[in-house]
Amino acid sequence: MAEAMQTAQSLPVGSAGNRSGGWWGVLALIVTEGSLFGYLLFTYFYLASQTEQHWPPDGLPTLLMPGVNTLILLASSVFVWASERCIQRRQMHWSIASMVLALILGICFVVIQLHEWSIKTYTMTSNLYGSLYFTITGFHMLHVIVGLIILMMLLLWIVLGYFDDRRYAAVTIGGLYWHFVDVVWLFVFATLFLSPYLY
Amino acid sequence: MSDVAQSKPDPNLTRVPEVGSAPIGSAAEMRLTRLWESAPGWRGWLSTVDHKEIGLRYLVTAFIFLLMGGIEALIMRLQLARPDQTLLTPEQYNQLFTMHGVTMIFLYSLPILSGFSNYLWPLMLGSRDMAFPRLNALSYWIFLFAGIFLYASFPLGEAPNAGWFNYVPFAGLEYNTGPNIDVYALGMVLLGISTTVGSINFVVTLFRMRAPGMSINRVPILVWGTLTASVANIFAIPSVSLAFFLLWLDRQTGTHFFDVVNGGKPLLWQHLFWMFGHPWVYAVVLPAMGIVSDALPTFCRRPLVGYSAVALSTMATMLLGFGVWIHHMFATGLPTLALSFFGAASMVISIPSAVAVFAWIATIWLGRPVFNTPFLFFAGFVLLFVIGGFSGVMTAAVPLDFQLNETYFIVAHLHYVLLGINVFPVVGGIYYWFPKFFGRMMNEILGKWSFWVMFIGFNVGFFPMHLAGLLGMPRRIYTYAPHMGWSTVNMVTSVGSFVFAAGILIFLINILISLKRGAMATQNPWDAPTLEWATPSPPPAYNFAVIPFVASRHPLWEDRLDEGGGRSSLEQGYLLMEGREMIGTTPLDAKPDIILKMPDDSYTPFFLGLFSALAFTGLLLHWRDFTVLMTLACSVSLIVWMWPRKALVQRVPDSIQDKGATHG
Ligand code: HEM
Repeated sequence: MAEAMQTAQSLPVGSAGNRSGGWWGVLALIVTEGSLFGYLLFTYFYLASQTEQHWPPDGLPTLLMPGVNTLILLASSVFVWASERCIQRRQMHWSIASMVLALILGICFVVIQLHEWSIKTYTMTSNLYGSLYFTITGFHMLHVIVGLIILMMLLLWIVLGYFDDRRYAAVTIGGLYWHFVDVVWLFVFATLFLSPYLY
Repeated sequence: MSDVAQSKPDPNLTRVPEVGSAPIGSAAEMRLTRLWESAPGWRGWLSTVDHKEIGLRYLVTAFIFLLMGGIEALIMRLQLARPDQTLLTPEQYNQLFTMHGVTMIFLYSLPILSGFSNYLWPLMLGSRDMAFPRLNALSYWIFLFAGIFLYASFPLGEAPNAGWFNYVPFAGLEYNTGPNIDVYALGMVLLGISTTVGSINFVVTLFRMRAPGMSINRVPILVWGTLTASVANIFAIPSVSLAFFLLWLDRQTGTHFFDVVNGGKPLLWQHLFWMFGHPWVYAVVLPAMGIVSDALPTFCRRPLVGYSAVALSTMATMLLGFGVWIHHMFATGLPTLALSFFGAASMVISIPSAVAVFAWIATIWLGRPVFNTPFLFFAGFVLLFVIGGFSGVMTAAVPLDFQLNETYFIVAHLHYVLLGINVFPVVGGIYYWFPKFFGRMMNEILGKWSFWVMFIGFNVGFFPMHLAGLLGMPRRIYTYAPHMGWSTVNMVTSVGSFVFAAGILIFLINILISLKRGAMATQNPWDAPTLEWATPSPPPAYNFAVIPFVASRHPLWEDRLDEGGGRSSLEQGYLLMEGREMIGTTPLDAKPDIILKMPDDSYTPFFLGLFSALAFTGLLLHWRDFTVLMTLACSVSLIVWMWPRKALVQRVPDSIQDKGATHG
């Protein structure tokens, strides 16, 4: 009981930043989704190491467009982060502007990636590399789209004035997911575009 | 920053949780009941997020799957009882043993343990619910729908038929053209979602939802077991989901992952499947071992010997499991893969398992055992564990394994492991916690009968399988010739199987009778030490009227054990009744950290589960538009679910005045 009495301190109520349940939940989600991509890339390296085919079939990948696209995605992450900071400082207009920019950059990524897909000489079914390339980038694309929907919802909620500097856990949590999607892309990029240069 | 909000904090956003007591019948207690109870009738049934309700549903559903798998097994045993029988065609036999394996491994053995953990965790940890009550409901609904999905093609005679581990190329389109494998593949991806969100829920619950003072070294072993299993699942489930998804792509869109002709590798399947398979075996045994570690001491009238050693060995088992998994990844030579996975797993598991076995034996030895039904099941479990472990170490020896692999020796071993370490503790656990679940005791006489019939039937049924294996009988054959010399062992095995089934039947009858006529149970009928027994039987919707302060590992035995650390406080504690509330604590020391707002009942989990199951059905049947529509429905459900709400203080609530008005 002595212990009990000492605990009579003031505590935050509800979804308070990284003390909220959702923060912990999305961390666990990231671990399991990260594993999923780990297995996907394992599949790539396993098959690549065993294949007798010409790898990649088109020769070494060009790095320009994927490289630019990577920067676009990373920039988008920065703006999501900035948007959250602005909420903390009660600069709601800046927060909205920042989130809009993040969204636009994310959509640019999707458009460029779709274009990249369309200029490939192979498809998902024409050879093993094609199966891997389109499945891995497709999985990532799916995550980007989910992430973009999340960003859109966050934007809507900020515009509706749901959040202020005291309660904005949704932005923290949704933002974390978006950062994850971007970091995963770095691994995908390194695997599909950089690793062929190593052998 | 001399803000108003700074000098006078908004009580909606920060407050000192009131300490008090709320005896049954007091105004505070009645208010808690109103806050936490689900609506009556079908509405409450569809929308409830109460972990106790969900836990019981898990238990009942998984047990029904056990019975279905059991009936499949009995049909197989009828077919194998004598040589040259024609009860089943080879194809029917294939589907039966596959569905039996799938049902037992995926739809029974883990879900039943999730049922126990769902029901018991918050009660053991001194909490009012799990960390994510709605996610909990979702996890159940998806499990249910995935189970139905996996069985949907069974009546059409098109059930999965390539064994539960479903090796390619046999499971590929070339050899398996029907919908059988597609059902299995999509069903497993769907089930994987359920298991994953369930595991996430357990992990976050452990870290955040314990009563103050329930530091990490005071949680019951069942919690350790389920935690370990859940962490393993979080890492491992994506592997099998991916494997099945790639297989489905290969079959449906013509990709080449497993396609030998075009550079694909069938071995990739085995890698992905067993990377998941290793941790999975631990996932279906560790929580069951936890049940024994928590319940056995009650009947030995003393605390578990070596709590820390058992807790650590639980974790060590998982870590070793990951070690084996990595070794599978790097040593990609065939011999490693040829090792039967149960064999390899058992070899690694044997060291920490031995720690647990010695802890249980020492507990029985040093205690004053009370020989009632749950004790019999737990003691029987220890015995079967030793036998199963021994045959496991035998198959783990590579040369012997080459002899025994794919024979009935393996079938015998895996049944000793799975029935011994899972089914016996589960049945014992139901006898033990039945009074808590339903407020009535189970019948002792029938209980003892059920134990002995099950135990004898099990050994008569499965021990001779070792012999059949040594005599060279391969597994997965639908019949055999009379001159092979396998006729007697098979007859004995079949008879034993039916005796075992009779034992299960007695257990079921006991449940039915006890539900109606069992003696009323008190709050703590077994005089057990842990927190779940500090609540009424059955517990009220809110679990604990006040959140207890925990001072030791055995809060209800503090009178007789002096473990230091002072006394727990069960009558006085945090009241927390401004809506559904619970205290969130720090991960290790369980110091109060936050007042969490818990969600109300909601239909969203049901609909999200339903729409995802329908989306998978659309994929299976190639209904493109329907699938798209259902995916959209899922998105809408998710958005509704995630919409920030003032009641949960995800948005800043309005000022305190009008909140007081709503309380009326
Ligand atoms: C009444 C109890 C049971 C009986 C009579 C029984 C009988 C059988 C039989 C006859 C087979 C097929 C062997 C073959 O042809 O290769 C089998 C396979 C199997 N059983 Fe059981 N079983 C029982 C309970 C269980 C339980 C409780 C579990 C798991 C928790 C389980 C897990 C399995 C697995 C994983 C297989 C392998 C399936 C495959 O080869 O793909 N069984 N069982």
